[in-house]
Amino acid sequence: MTGKTIGVSVPRLEDLPLVRGAGRFVDDIHLPGAWEAAFVRSTHAHALIKHVDTAAALALPGVYGVFVLADLLPHVATHLLAVGLPSPSYRQIVDRPILAGEEVVYAGEPIAVVIADNRYIAEDAAGLIEVDYEPLPAVSDIRNALDEAAPRTHRNAPHNLVAEMQLAFGDVDAAFASAPRTRSEQFFLHRGGSHSMEGRGLIAYFDKIDGILTTYNSTQTPHAAKRLLCDILRLEDDKVRVITPDLGGGFGPKLVFYQEEAVVCLAAKLLGNPVKWIEDRREHFISSAQERDQRWDVEIAYDHDGLILGVRGLVLHDHGAYTARGVNVPYGSLSALPLAYEVPTYRMGVKLVLTNTVPVAPVRGAGQPQGIFVIERLLDMMADELGLDRAEIRRRNLVPAEQMPRTKPFVTRGGIKVVMDSGDYPASQQQALDRADWDGFHNRQAAARTDGRYVGLGVANYVEGTGRGPYEPVTVRITNAGKVQVSSGAVAMGQSTKTMLAQIVADQLGHDMDNIAVTTGDTAATTLGFGGFNSRQTVLAGSSAHAAAIKMHDKLIKVSSVLLEVAEEDLEIYGNRVRVKGSDAEVSFAAILQAVSGIPGFRLPDNISPGLEFTEQVVIDPMTYASGSAVAEVEVDIDTGHVAVHRIVFAHDCGRVLHPQIVDGQVLGGIMHGLGNALFERMIYDENGQPITTTFADYLLAGADETPNMELIHLSAPTPLNALGIKGVGESGVLPIPAAVISAVENALSPFGVKITQAPISPPELVALIVAARNRQSVTAS
Amino acid sequence: MLMEADGEAKLLAGGQTLLPVMAFRLAAPAILIDLSGVQELKGISIDDTGVRIGAMTTWRDIEDDQRLRTAAPLVSAAIEHIAHYQIRNRGTIGGSLSHADPAAEMPGVVVACDACLEIVGSNGMRSVPANEFFLGPLTTCLSADEVLTAVRFPPWPATRLWAFEEFAQRRGDFAYAGIALFHETGATGLVENAHIGLIGATSVPRRLGVAEAALNGRRLDGETIAAAAQLASSEADAEDDIHASAAYRKALVGTLLERALKAAAERAEAL
Repeated sequence: MTGKTIGVSVPRLEDLPLVRGAGRFVDDIHLPGAWEAAFVRSTHAHALIKHVDTAAALALPGVYGVFVLADLLPHVATHLLAVGLPSPSYRQIVDRPILAGEEVVYAGEPIAVVIADNRYIAEDAAGLIEVDYEPLPAVSDIRNALDEAAPRTHRNAPHNLVAEMQLAFGDVDAAFASAPRTRSEQFFLHRGGSHSMEGRGLIAYFDKIDGILTTYNSTQTPHAAKRLLCDILRLEDDKVRVITPDLGGGFGPKLVFYQEEAVVCLAAKLLGNPVKWIEDRREHFISSAQERDQRWDVEIAYDHDGLILGVRGLVLHDHGAYTARGVNVPYGSLSALPLAYEVPTYRMGVKLVLTNTVPVAPVRGAGQPQGIFVIERLLDMMADELGLDRAEIRRRNLVPAEQMPRTKPFVTRGGIKVVMDSGDYPASQQQALDRADWDGFHNRQAAARTDGRYVGLGVANYVEGTGRGPYEPVTVRITNAGKVQVSSGAVAMGQSTKTMLAQIVADQLGHDMDNIAVTTGDTAATTLGFGGFNSRQTVLAGSSAHAAAIKMHDKLIKVSSVLLEVAEEDLEIYGNRVRVKGSDAEVSFAAILQAVSGIPGFRLPDNISPGLEFTEQVVIDPMTYASGSAVAEVEVDIDTGHVAVHRIVFAHDCGRVLHPQIVDGQVLGGIMHGLGNALFERMIYDENGQPITTTFADYLLAGADETPNMELIHLSAPTPLNALGIKGVGESGVLPIPAAVISAVENALSPFGVKITQAPISPPELVALIVAARNRQSVTAS
Repeated sequence: MLMEADGEAKLLAGGQTLLPVMAFRLAAPAILIDLSGVQELKGISIDDTGVRIGAMTTWRDIEDDQRLRTAAPLVSAAIEHIAHYQIRNRGTIGGSLSHADPAAEMPGVVVACDACLEIVGSNGMRSVPANEFFLGPLTTCLSADEVLTAVRFPPWPATRLWAFEEFAQRRGDFAYAGIALFHETGATGLVENAHIGLIGATSVPRRLGVAEAALNGRRLDGETIAAAAQLASSEADAEDDIHASAAYRKALVGTLLERALKAAAERAEAL
């Protein structure tokens, strides 16, 4: 089948295998004789380990090995996972050990591993391992973790401040000194974990003959995993192969390299037998990275027309017990706040706080929803004080379309200038408002209130830096069967990455999706690579695929021109062959490959270079800025606190849309994730650092029953930054949703004057706010 | 078998609670006795003496039995709040009652309905009123050698008014609180025979006797409803937990009772 492959919803490459049960996730991979691992994890948030008794576990039939840190130290170049992104802001280095040695600093930290015939025996044996703990005081709340009297997360650390930094531009203090109006607020924001359907996991085996470690790993970043395995196990980079099979979702935490990955690979090497470890859901709750808490103390200065003059403040950010990624999440929060709007002066500091909890790393959105939440809530409060419509105050402050491209006076965490390259933010908001009947809503709202129903609308805008560089390689080659084989450092974690690459390549090479095969996430297929995060793969890998496919196209035409003795301009690629326009004469890809592969002793045709293979790594340093607007309509039951989200209208610009259905899926999934962050998901630790919400009965996700009517509006302003005009879309859905939903809840409750400065908010918390607001009203009334 | 196992065995009904508990390694019984093959424990019979539901009858079979919508309407109404359909396909009424979670729907319903629980053990069969069956959270009067075989509901008069109200953050979750209510209206138009079963917001499934007393013999007007709701609120013995404060749950009990009374009244108008 040939036809247009870009801009249309061609069938996904991923669908057939998945619906036929031919998907291959890491737990589907059964290496002969593989053993299974189970980890002994700390039951304390903070403790010294006096002794670990493994004798009973080792004696259990079916157990092949038990390792604690001391057993592994002789076999590793380093036992610390130095993974933090570079930043001058660190005040202390707290890298994770591959297993805890003398001290455990969060409940769930791995202490020992058991390798046994199967997981059942491994877990039985793990239960027989006796760890003698000496409990130490723990800190789990960022709000008191920096107090002098607070327990230290690491017993020998000077304090719990791991890093601090600020994002600043303009003379913010002067702006406040002369501002007609100011407002200060405190916000407490929480995000949970990723909860991909498939947890982490890997299977590793070490071939003693060729000395190669191969691991199938459910990771978003196989190339980074390979580099770390080389560093830790003292292996050369041609002796480690990391393969990412089908991924049942990632959403951020799987971009981190974890202790278990090092330990399982090392165990496989030491025991000379394949070893598998599959994370269970409880382990996901207590060991996979999460995003969690931020407290914002923030002030905004503005004039009587509602124009923002400056924003300043300080954020406390939960870092967890170790550095698993670095300072990127709070940097994302700080830089998201002033993007969509004209913020002439800004100074936002952040202190990254160590707590005895699971390390923090990005979850879809990576700090940006929090920054957006804060500015959007402040705009609502300003509108309220000025008696302005909430949409109007945004209209006045949004960066106007005629200023595109618009340089913002700050840089990305990598030091690259923030230039918002394209888009029309006010138009996006207007389209969302129109579709949601913003102007007519107050009539519906008033009518509902006479029935005792409280409905509300809320709006929020976002701008997101997508497509983080510098590059992602793609190789395009023709196989002997005449198929187009595409391989990339990109990782397919459920976002249809293979389809995306195939579409772009097919657009140049015959428009036949069935003739394209794609390999992703295999370090043996591409030497370099970064993987999936930061809404980057379509921008970076897509651009490389496009460039490589064009080179392949040109060479196929050139060689065919020689073989068919026809001018290049008279040739076209169709399916898996090159044909003469308007004639039957054609030559297949397979024949072209044969021709350029050469015959010993003979000249290649017309001195053409050998082979049909092109690798491109298009470097794009500046990020491309996607944008959009969400309007949420909710109904609040004021007695139970139940919030029903009836409708979400979402207008967004991700540049050129390659595949409408996939883009819809990405945005809809993001919206549902955002609903979780607005109303449901909460990773709770008690004051001793014990994780409390470790099942889906206690940690709530937005599910099918909570799904609102969602309407998407696609605006498409192609970016000039890449040849295809594309911007990232994987995270955009989540970004404005908590802000829009909470704004709508507040709007629904406006008769009571309820003000909400947190997300998520639960029914009991909402009822408490309503009761307090009504009490205030009755006091005022009397 | 239970006796032979000497406390080492657990009865396995639908497995919707026991198996997760075992997966979390919170329970590791040496022997599981699967009851799913015991046909005598399954089925629903309805006659002049009321409704009898075998302990191994699944939620799904109860839900699908249209006769129960008039013969035991509170049971039918409660079931759609019990988890999700996949779980209802396997979960059984006997398993849930034996587990005795005060946050589950059916313990509150059987207490509200004055149901009797049929129990068989080494000493033969006995029948225990629901309000004596539940001793505390996850605790029943079943001894180690006994098994719950059926639950028997008394006949349900066609003129009886009833309502089931609960609130969970998401449908299918354990509710913050729930109310299973019925009452009758006498010739004088006054409330009689009020029964209010409390779900959640309590450590043991039980009726709200004070609120019931405040309803019986009164006309069901706004004042009566508000007073009963207030009493139900203070009568609930909720505790603070990570999901809600005691104050929230107690207030919610009042709200739900108010809504249940109104819903029951609307049903009266429809009759």
